[in-house]
Amino acid sequence: MDILIYGIINSATLALMAMGFTLVYGVSRLPNFAHGALYVLAGYICWLLLNELGIPYILAVFIALAFVAAVGGAMYQFILVRIRGMAISEIIASYAIGLAILEGLRWGGLKGGTFTLAPFVEGSIEILGVSVDWQRLLVVGLGTVLVGLLWIFVNQTRLGLALKGMAQDERAALTLGIDSDRMAVASMALGSLSAAVAALIILPLGSIVVEAGYHVLIMAVAVCIVGGLGSWTGALLAAFVIGFAQILTVAYLGAHFQVVVALLAIIATLILRPSGIFGRQKELEERV
Amino acid sequence: MASERDGIRKERLDRGIKVRSDGVYCISSWREMAFLLSPRLLLIMGLLLMPLILEPAPYWQKVLIIVCIYAFLALGFDFLAHFVGLVSLGGALYIGVGAYISALLNTELGFPLWLSIPTATVLGGLFCTLLLWPCLPLRGVYFAIVSLMFPLLAARLIEALDVFGGTDGIMGLDGFANRWWEMYLLVSVLLIALFALRRLVNADMGLIFRGVKDNDQAVKASGISITFYKAVGVLIASCLGCFGGACLAHVYMWAGISQFAMDFSIIPIAATVVGGGGTLVGPLIGCLILVPISELLRDFGTLRIAVYALILMGFIVFKSEGLMSFGARKYNQFEHWVEI
Amino acid sequence: MAEPILNVRDVNKAFGGVQALAGVSFDLMPGDILGVIGPNGSGKTTLVNAITGFIKIDSGQVIYKGRDLKGLAPHKIADLGLTRTFQVMRPYFSLPAYKNLIVPLFSPRARRTGGWRGGGRMGSRDTVAVDILEEIGFERESYVPYKNASSLPTGYLKRLELARCLALRPDIIICDEVFSGLSMSEMASMVPLMEKLQMEGVTLIMVEHRLRELFRLAGRVLVMNFGAKITEGTPDEVMANPEVKEAYFGSEEVFSYV
Repeated sequence: MDILIYGIINSATLALMAMGFTLVYGVSRLPNFAHGALYVLAGYICWLLLNELGIPYILAVFIALAFVAAVGGAMYQFILVRIRGMAISEIIASYAIGLAILEGLRWGGLKGGTFTLAPFVEGSIEILGVSVDWQRLLVVGLGTVLVGLLWIFVNQTRLGLALKGMAQDERAALTLGIDSDRMAVASMALGSLSAAVAALIILPLGSIVVEAGYHVLIMAVAVCIVGGLGSWTGALLAAFVIGFAQILTVAYLGAHFQVVVALLAIIATLILRPSGIFGRQKELEERV
Repeated sequence: MASERDGIRKERLDRGIKVRSDGVYCISSWREMAFLLSPRLLLIMGLLLMPLILEPAPYWQKVLIIVCIYAFLALGFDFLAHFVGLVSLGGALYIGVGAYISALLNTELGFPLWLSIPTATVLGGLFCTLLLWPCLPLRGVYFAIVSLMFPLLAARLIEALDVFGGTDGIMGLDGFANRWWEMYLLVSVLLIALFALRRLVNADMGLIFRGVKDNDQAVKASGISITFYKAVGVLIASCLGCFGGACLAHVYMWAGISQFAMDFSIIPIAATVVGGGGTLVGPLIGCLILVPISELLRDFGTLRIAVYALILMGFIVFKSEGLMSFGARKYNQFEHWVEI
Repeated sequence: MAEPILNVRDVNKAFGGVQALAGVSFDLMPGDILGVIGPNGSGKTTLVNAITGFIKIDSGQVIYKGRDLKGLAPHKIADLGLTRTFQVMRPYFSLPAYKNLIVPLFSPRARRTGGWRGGGRMGSRDTVAVDILEEIGFERESYVPYKNASSLPTGYLKRLELARCLALRPDIIICDEVFSGLSMSEMASMVPLMEKLQMEGVTLIMVEHRLRELFRLAGRVLVMNFGAKITEGTPDEVMANPEVKEAYFGSEEVFSYV
């Protein structure tokens, strides 16, 4: 039974991590390799505000969210927009930015395990005979809320529908007067926001370390590849598949095999069904 | 456009000597031959003489070795990215694989150094190609993502499973007979690789690679398997990287997780972008510039990675042609402002 | 009486909500020239892509020389001798024309067959390339084969595209609008070229818009509209068919308002 509970929690965690990445790729076809860096940045900013400036927790959280969203948008507006369309450059540039942020943070002092954020709610609760921290429940709960909000946003609001239109057919959206660059900025900001939300919910469970940035990037990418680059439902499903696979591995084989699961999932997907579970994009075919 | 101001524009003309010496006619005059050959001779002689020049400063000889190892990676990256169309973000994979295989051959199977290095090169190249094989039929972004992730995953795997020496690594490898061997082996193989690749991309097979990159539909319609030739490209690049890795292991007489580190992934890319992509020589020049800077910045710890990343980003966005193309242009052409 | 060299049976392909190909079927006899016509968007190029493996079909069969082509990659299909040209040509512009043939001459099929006119193992690829260009109408004695592809007019570029197919010594060439963009004089020399290819034993499928020249060459014509085959027959039969007129020009009622 604990496998079920832990499985759900792990899957929700993965889904939360991957949301931002899949959002940006789905809308602007931009693989944001700085995703992990933004995640860690959010945690660090919050910690700074909390501990160095003594700002109350709730306020610090909101400021951190806003800050990271702004960084994401600015990243696009000032840097990525200049190399839009050149796939190689986009990948390298976003990777470089992420790297600069992460290693810059490491040099700036983010070393060792002393950077922690307090969980929102202390203590734990028993569910079906398994002891679960409140914070972990919060991950599942807030994660579901986030996904729900995103869904509502994309399907009901004007901006969201515009983003969805962009994702489906950029040219058609352009002819309808939707500015692709502004949309891309919006999607980057939203994606960064998601990364930040994920960070601020998940990081309290451990400590803030630079390695988390790389870990999150790997996991987000794994989830997106298995689920299909650009498909949100696919990412959700993939998060569950990988999440449960990891928990099962921990239960029967040992904790250090978690990473192997991610690796195997990627390789298996690429061999068996390259476009992922719900991948909308075909491979190198379908060209005029 | 940057080269246009109000009322005037920049005009570029080939220098007279370039026009005269293009094609077969260059043999007719010493001056023209010198014009064509001197940059290349400068590079070759410079590299070959470097170990001697640096004799009084053994620290810098070590740096030269590191430059060469990075140059192998950068050469592979440039070749893959600009001649085959694949962006390989994880050069560290090749270094790590080459280092570990050579270390294992040396310590476990008792292979002597001059046997373990070539074997590691070939085996490592095959292994890396096999790992990356599933992504080859897919769109480029998959290859970039997976190539980035493999070294990260490999490091964590070795750490978690505690194999191959775990976090301590494999120690007690044979070293080279002396410094001269280290340096000249690397420099000469590098030069050979450079010229071999140059010949390759200009030969018929180079045309196929170019087709794979630019016009894969036509190549497919001509009865040629894209996946196969991409694999050949990856094999070449990974063999280069694995050679570098194997040599690195024996220079330090140690193989460990840090050989999967970020440095090895980011510096080749930065070197290529700074030095000039698509030229095969550019990455070499980029390494000559960036690696010494990297060594000087060692005291700053991982900040230097942040610095390269920023330099890389700057170049990609603002001056993506790189120094080599820039320099070649200046050398071969002169510009002046002309009234419209 | 020979077997058909190509059977296309009930091929269907949908892109999302759009049915690009709806139950298209036809047979192709060796040595024939089959024309494929239809208004823009009728699925002609999709059909070509489907037959040559660039698109996976939803259902139906494509049988070439008795062999089902299901699941084969495009380069494998070309390797079997079923080749196609591209409407949008992208040769290596900065290279001489004959260098553009090096890639197809490098393929396994070309190396097996020696390319067009080669008798078995291939000699120097460059020589074979220039030979093929001469066959296709590039005057050998002149410097035209050695000109950069960027300076060639459309007529020569179309021939280059055909030469790319010929390098594989194909059994079938599917020509995707080779007549488009040609001037009258270029056209005048293109038609005899297609006849010559037919005489050399190549079976042709020609997707075209320029009907007058096509009807001089094609023995049979297939008309498509909205992804389906409307009719098939000799050029005369097809032109007399009222459905064909309706497909191109709209129905009678529309005309009455004009």
